[in-house]
Amino acid sequence: MAYPSAAHPSPPRQPSVKVILTAADVSRVVDRIAHQILEKTQGAADTVLLGIPTRGAPLARRLAARISTFEDVAVPVGVLDITLYRDDLRRNATRAVGPTQLPPGGIDGKRVVLVDDVLFSGRTVRAALDALGDVGRPASVQLAVLVDRGHRQLPIRADYVGKNIPTALAESVRVTLAETDGADEVRLYGEALPS
Amino acid sequence: MIRHLLSAADLDAATATQILDTAAEMATVAGREVKKLPALRGRTVVNLFYEDSTRTRISFEAAAKRLSADVINFSAKGSSVTKGESLKDTALTLQAMGADAVVVRHPASGAPHRLADWVDGSVVNAGDGTHEHPTQALLDAYTMRSRLGRLAGLHVAVVGDVLHSRVARSNVLLLSTLGAKVTLVGPPTLIPVDIAAALAPGTDVSYDLDVVLPDVDVVMMLRVQRERMKDSYFPSAREYARRYGLDGPRMRRLPEHAIVMHPGPMNRGMEITPEVADSPRSTIVEQVANGVSVRMAVLYLLLGGNKL
Repeated sequence: MAYPSAAHPSPPRQPSVKVILTAADVSRVVDRIAHQILEKTQGAADTVLLGIPTRGAPLARRLAARISTFEDVAVPVGVLDITLYRDDLRRNATRAVGPTQLPPGGIDGKRVVLVDDVLFSGRTVRAALDALGDVGRPASVQLAVLVDRGHRQLPIRADYVGKNIPTALAESVRVTLAETDGADEVRLYGEALPS
Repeated sequence: MIRHLLSAADLDAATATQILDTAAEMATVAGREVKKLPALRGRTVVNLFYEDSTRTRISFEAAAKRLSADVINFSAKGSSVTKGESLKDTALTLQAMGADAVVVRHPASGAPHRLADWVDGSVVNAGDGTHEHPTQALLDAYTMRSRLGRLAGLHVAVVGDVLHSRVARSNVLLLSTLGAKVTLVGPPTLIPVDIAAALAPGTDVSYDLDVVLPDVDVVMMLRVQRERMKDSYFPSAREYARRYGLDGPRMRRLPEHAIVMHPGPMNRGMEITPEVADSPRSTIVEQVANGVSVRMAVLYLLLGGNKL
């Protein structure tokens, strides 16, 4: 009769994972935000969608595509890289700079809708607002996010929210999209993930 | 990312490509309303120049300022150096002033390497003696890539005073890392024996410019550095210009797409004629503009993150 060995390793704890939005949910949520943008901007005239890399960029393109199916308006789409405006640049290793692509008409005097996947501390959005001020002068700026997980550290809120997810600070939310990761899904992990 | 940029040999293909890609993003800032990025706010860049320079110093200064860094310009003339202060003491002074990066140009080959041991910040070699000038090589590579679309497989002729040229050395190192083939062309007195093998295997040497021209994508003319010439390396300036200068008829022997580069300052009429320097094939003014973008990329990649 052997005693359980103290050296015997306990099996590694499985991280808890919960799927919050399936691919079908993501598609419905994008459709709803597209409708909301049309409603709130009265037909999306003079509106520009700017995606924040990485996953905001494909989301912005999808929103523009849905808007053009619903109402037959072509909304210009661009990408706004915020790397050089981050407030944590010197806390991490040097980050690679991504491309910023503004639509040919520019953003001066337009209604700019910033698009991102997850709204968390609000620091990314703050950086995006700073970056926006350096590339032009929009008439107004709105924010659309797929997921709002709370825990804001700055006075920032979204105009269009796909889904509000109450989370604990220790949890992480991961959005995957077909364009960047192969499949659409939003998951909630029970622990911090390496970013 | 590397901590210092002392030699083009410090850069592997991935890092060099990252610098060129970052430079392409930095270049878009020049076309914006606000030509400034906040990435290096609160960082101090010292330009430490022991040799005369216009474009390199101004280029580094513009690059650092566009990234919102504070810039201190130090030129040996009119400083304590004329009172006999050593490089080390000057370095310690800069260190005490909290320099995050020191951009150094020095007439002695290897001075930036010594400096890197003495200061905590990053050291960027902006030209040391007849040794290296890595940011020039990077901006040349950037210019070639933006004009010709690629670097791998290009054939580049580097023509003239290779012996005294830090630009040539850095270019041979970087271009061979990035997959281009280099042929060094010049009079035998100005091309060191075995330099090709010592710098990068696969580099060719030719003493006849006319044979090389029809086969190249890029011809890079080097300045004849009279200030470094203590002996007679060629019989006369006119003979040099006749054999190794790039004039109109020679330029027309280049392939249709080939470009002409020169790191500046030019000796017009010596290594390059005005007709060539001012032709659409010449990238000389472009190189200056690209220099700012490339130096912004280098400063950002060295200083943008936390210290290692």
